[in-house]
Amino acid sequence: MRSRTLALLALITLAGCSGAAGGGVASAPPVMTGAAPNGASLAADREIVRALNRLTYGARPGDLERVRSIGLSAWVERQLRPQTIDDSATEQVLAELTTLRMPIADLLREYPRPDPRLREMLSSGTMTRAEMQERYPAEKRPGRIAADLQAAKVVRAVTSERQLEEIMVDFWFNHFNVFANKGDVRWYVSAYEREAIRPYALGKFPDLVRATARHPAMLFYLDNWVSARADYVIPAGPNRGRKTGLNENYARELMELHTLGVDGGYTQQDVTEVARAFTGWTIDRPRVEGRFLFRPSMHDQGEKVVVGHRIAAGGGQDDGERVIDVLTQHPSTARFVATKLVRRFVSDTPPPQLVDRVAAAYAASGGDIPAMLRIIFASPEFRGGDASLTKIKKPFEFVTSAVRALGGRVDAQGGLALARASAEIGEPLYLAQPPTGYADRAEVWVSSGALLARMNFALALASGQYPHVTVDLAPLVAGSDPRSPADVLDRLLAAIVGDQVGPTTRAVLAAKLTDPQITRLSRDDRGPASTDVAKLAALVIGSPEFQRR
Amino acid sequence: MSTPAADLHTRRTFLKAGGCALIAYSSAPRFLMRTARAAEASGKVLVAVFQRGAVDGLSMVMPHGDPGYAAARPSIGLKPPKPGESERAIDLDGFFALHPSLAPLGPLWESRALAVVHACGSPDTTRSHFDAQDYMESGTPGIKSTPDGWLARAIRTRSKRASPFRAVAMGPALPRTLQGDVGAISMQSIERFDVRAGDPSARQSFEALYEQGVRDVLYGTGRETFEAVKMLRSANAARIAPAHGAEYPRGPFGEAMRQIAQLVKADVGLEVAFADMQGWDTHVGQGAERGQLALRLREFGGALAAFARDLGDKMADVVVITMSEFGRTVAENGNRGTDHGHATAMLVLGGGVRGGRAYGRWPGLAPDRLFEGRDLAVTTDFRSLFTEVATRHLAVAASPLFPGFTAAPASLGLFA
Repeated sequence: MRSRTLALLALITLAGCSGAAGGGVASAPPVMTGAAPNGASLAADREIVRALNRLTYGARPGDLERVRSIGLSAWVERQLRPQTIDDSATEQVLAELTTLRMPIADLLREYPRPDPRLREMLSSGTMTRAEMQERYPAEKRPGRIAADLQAAKVVRAVTSERQLEEIMVDFWFNHFNVFANKGDVRWYVSAYEREAIRPYALGKFPDLVRATARHPAMLFYLDNWVSARADYVIPAGPNRGRKTGLNENYARELMELHTLGVDGGYTQQDVTEVARAFTGWTIDRPRVEGRFLFRPSMHDQGEKVVVGHRIAAGGGQDDGERVIDVLTQHPSTARFVATKLVRRFVSDTPPPQLVDRVAAAYAASGGDIPAMLRIIFASPEFRGGDASLTKIKKPFEFVTSAVRALGGRVDAQGGLALARASAEIGEPLYLAQPPTGYADRAEVWVSSGALLARMNFALALASGQYPHVTVDLAPLVAGSDPRSPADVLDRLLAAIVGDQVGPTTRAVLAAKLTDPQITRLSRDDRGPASTDVAKLAALVIGSPEFQRR
Repeated sequence: MSTPAADLHTRRTFLKAGGCALIAYSSAPRFLMRTARAAEASGKVLVAVFQRGAVDGLSMVMPHGDPGYAAARPSIGLKPPKPGESERAIDLDGFFALHPSLAPLGPLWESRALAVVHACGSPDTTRSHFDAQDYMESGTPGIKSTPDGWLARAIRTRSKRASPFRAVAMGPALPRTLQGDVGAISMQSIERFDVRAGDPSARQSFEALYEQGVRDVLYGTGRETFEAVKMLRSANAARIAPAHGAEYPRGPFGEAMRQIAQLVKADVGLEVAFADMQGWDTHVGQGAERGQLALRLREFGGALAAFARDLGDKMADVVVITMSEFGRTVAENGNRGTDHGHATAMLVLGGGVRGGRAYGRWPGLAPDRLFEGRDLAVTTDFRSLFTEVATRHLAVAASPLFPGFTAAPASLGLFA
């Protein structure tokens, strides 16, 4: 690891030397910094940077110029229609993650749960851990499914051109959270994102509710698959003859977390009624098929009344559909969804007037997500100066934005390594246990342990310690004189945090330039011979400014 | 006097005999005797443990004396305690019994270090995990806008002598209950709590970057972090091994308790520590003597018992309280599980606690005694319990802890 750092240093030093040997040949112009500092274009650039900060997993070198050339509003419109953006490069990296595309039934067959006899042999000592590993290797275990999904999430966030879509897939997965380690969800979780979240991430909100409600991952995670009318007797299988009944877990979270919000005006009685409506929404042979199934015999055929709406007796499977209609058309849902979106894109304390306008867009458009996002992105609250750097990046956003800022590339293995980094900083991917998902507030993500983990990640990343993550520092400081540490620092700051660097950070880093650990002196001690670009970059990535977006 | 060998012997006998040997073991550990002298509150530590997901208090501390229990739980009810039989609930006082997985806590009950507060919970009736946890952590049931947590308020009223380690949460994030500008820190592990680079320049630079910024959550946290890092380096806490043969169960909660013990023993000025444990939301297949809940309780009880053993005499200055956002339905549901309920049981363990007793009024499990016809009613407001622990153990004033709530400072009589 150390030799890697040194090699990088040598490379940078060498590049500097050859430049000097060339007799002061004009070096390549900097690509990162905005060239023309007139007032209007500066303000326009600032808006682009803000949009890149919020609508993507962070700006890559050159992104500002790219958006400037096609125009901000045209770029936003393209991001709202991801299918128009070519993303074959990302697909190529994902190709080796085969479980991503497999149907649930295939996953259940190909990645079976461990044979209990193997476990017994291991615990009784008749088989060693190594033998177990050989007979039942990690890549054939169900854990592989979530690992592939974690790796893919990182690869997409770092690489995909459809950045806003990735942001929204993350947002909606978290909104309709399932925990990848709960029982059979292990086999369902990748299909859940692929089938229930991704297709609707920039579609209509009610479609998300419908798709998640009937997906085996949600049915299992919130237990609806075992919820039945009172006194239902299981007719077959290992639990044959057992009496079961209502389970209100999904019903409650559907209203509290997915639609109305906890203060959205429902009662315990509504919870019970909604649970009754969804009885019979279950999973067909969960460990063989893992498909949605409506089982009429489990269903409570009686009349239900849900937040004041009467659902007549005998509706069967339609009862659940009716509940979703009622809930997604409810004004509380419009407000709840609008508030969460504004919190994601604008501020931890959502401005009420903006929430009102977004909620109105929900009502007018039947929950059309791009319609709501357009209101947010065009709002003065989003574009105004106050909205700059108000949000703390959550760990996943921090990790991926750091890789992007350093011009990094990842393969699938690198993706998994970065997923572990995100976990270390406090956000293990697909592993939020409670149905609330991860919170979207600064206090949750800013803590001592997490801050140190961020700094350590910055050091490891910039010095190339992630084997399958290639960071490319040279272009960030291209054209700078390696013997002029101040010049190197200026370019790094411009490239990584743009004009959002505060005077304190700049001053502190400038003062550190005389540190022999950062600036190496030439042999005759007459001046700096090279600058430790990796370490400087790590300090910028770990600085307060880079923790925000 | 409790030597390691004696403890070990007691524990073995206890396990072997399935609880009946306990009666013979009544000599109090030395830490309990020391407590009488340690009247001053300096050096006191409060450890708060949150069982997230709503633990089933009725099977954690089973009311076997109430006929309603067995009636409501045909398939997941614990069998009543029966001396001499293994894997049975452990009788405490003829009415309550510990879940068999909590066997390691039995000796602590016998030595009067452990107390139970049953039918304890929130006056707010929400059955939302999120809201109920929020209310229990902020200490203001029904009010979401409270900016800080009650443990943070408890800390704030104490002395100004602020060690960076006065309030520590084990885990990646600072819990709601410690939020509120008292410099509480969170850590996933002591070993990793540092800037890891070959030379000190990176740490110094990061420290400088966070030193001078405006006063906000990011810069504030940064400054506190580096103070704590320096102190922890000099105290060498990570090197302190478990003492007295204490063995922590594997798993994040055991690990958290082991590290809290390290901080106590390293003498870094710890006043309040927080740890949480997940996995209590047993809607389906809860199990009885064995199964899902039994496995969680094994880690839970094993970690608490190891913590008490590890600290030995130092336990005289430490009180552990456990809490959970609400309990679970009295009756099992259609899936051999339990749904969200109301009151639950909480444990209080440590120096100064008048243990070996169950506190609070038992509301009963008869249908007409249940809250909303389905749940164990709350007879002890959690704020009464927390007030008593904070005022008596940490010697803080009661008034700012729970705004809008007046509790008698010692309504339960938990402390001598």
